[in-house]
Amino acid sequence: MIWDSAAEFFAMGGYGLYVWGAYAVTLACMAVEPLLVRKRHRAARRALAAEGDSA
Amino acid sequence: MNSSSFRFFQFAAPARFYALAGALVPWCWAAFAALAAVGLWIGFFVAPTDATQGESYRIIFIHVPAAWMSMLLYLVMAFWAAVGWAFNARLASMTARAIAPTGAMFTFLALWTGALWGKPTWGTWWVWDARLTSELILLFLYVGFLSLVSAIDDPRRADRAGALLAIVGSINVPIIYFSVKWWNTLHQGATISVTAAPKMASTMLTAMLLMTLAFWAYAFAVVFTRTRAIVLERDRHASWARESVRPAPAPATPGMQL
Repeated sequence: MIWDSAAEFFAMGGYGLYVWGAYAVTLACMAVEPLLVRKRHRAARRALAAEGDSA
Repeated sequence: MNSSSFRFFQFAAPARFYALAGALVPWCWAAFAALAAVGLWIGFFVAPTDATQGESYRIIFIHVPAAWMSMLLYLVMAFWAAVGWAFNARLASMTARAIAPTGAMFTFLALWTGALWGKPTWGTWWVWDARLTSELILLFLYVGFLSLVSAIDDPRRADRAGALLAIVGSINVPIIYFSVKWWNTLHQGATISVTAAPKMASTMLTAMLLMTLAFWAYAFAVVFTRTRAIVLERDRHASWARESVRPAPAPATPGMQL
C-alpha cells in the first residue's frame, strides 16, 4: 500500500485541493447528467402516454 | 429496394433503435461501474507517486480520458450529423444532437481538470497557448451547435444547419491533437503514441486506459438514453411510439373485469 494513513491519502502529498477539486467536479457532472437525461426520457414517455389517453 | 439493403437499414428505423438501445443501456452502466472501480483503485492505490509531479499527476486518470472523449465525441457527432444530412437519415441526426451535450461536458471537464493540474505544475490556471485555446474553441463549437439546432423550429432544417456547423468545426479536432507538436506550448506532448514506447509506468497507463474505457461506457449509456428521449419527442405521432409507452396488455383471463 502506498498510503500510510487515510489522512495521508486525502492530503495527496499537499495537492489535495487540486486532485480532489478535479475529481469532485467530474463526479458531480457525471452524476447529474444521467439524472437529467433520465428525467427527459421519462418526461417524453409521460407526454406520450397522456397524449394516448386523450386520443 | 432489395432485401439485403432493407436489413442494413433496420436499425436505422427509430422504433428498432429505441428497443435495441433500451436493452443496451443497463449493460453500459454495468461496464462503466466495473471499469471505473478498477481504474480508480489502480490509479489511487497501486500506481506509484510520480517522481517529478508528486501526487498531483493523479488528475491524469480523468483529465486525459475526458480530453480524448471531448475530441472523439465531436468527430462522432459530426459524422452522424453528416450522415443525417447526406442520406436524409433522421435517426443519425437525432444521434448527433444527443452526443453534443455529453461532448460539451467532457470538454468542460478536460479544461477544468487541466486548470487544476496546471496550477500546481505550471503555476497558472490558464494560459492562452495552442492546446488550451483550441480545446476552448471546441467547447464553443459544441455550445454553438446546441444553440443553433435549438434556435431553428423546423427539426430537419435545424439538423442540416447543425450538420454544416459540425462538419466545418471538425477541422479543429486535428488542430487540438497536433497543437503540442506544431506550436511551442506549455502543455506536455501526447501521453500515448503508437510509434514510441510508453513513457509512464505501466500501472499508471493501465489506470488511464481503464478510465478511458469507463468514460466510453458512460458516453454510450447517456447518449443512448438521450437519443431515446429525442426519438420519442420527435416521433410522438407515430403509432410505434404510442405502443412503446402503453403497458403490456394483461393476458385475457375468463371472467376478469377489464
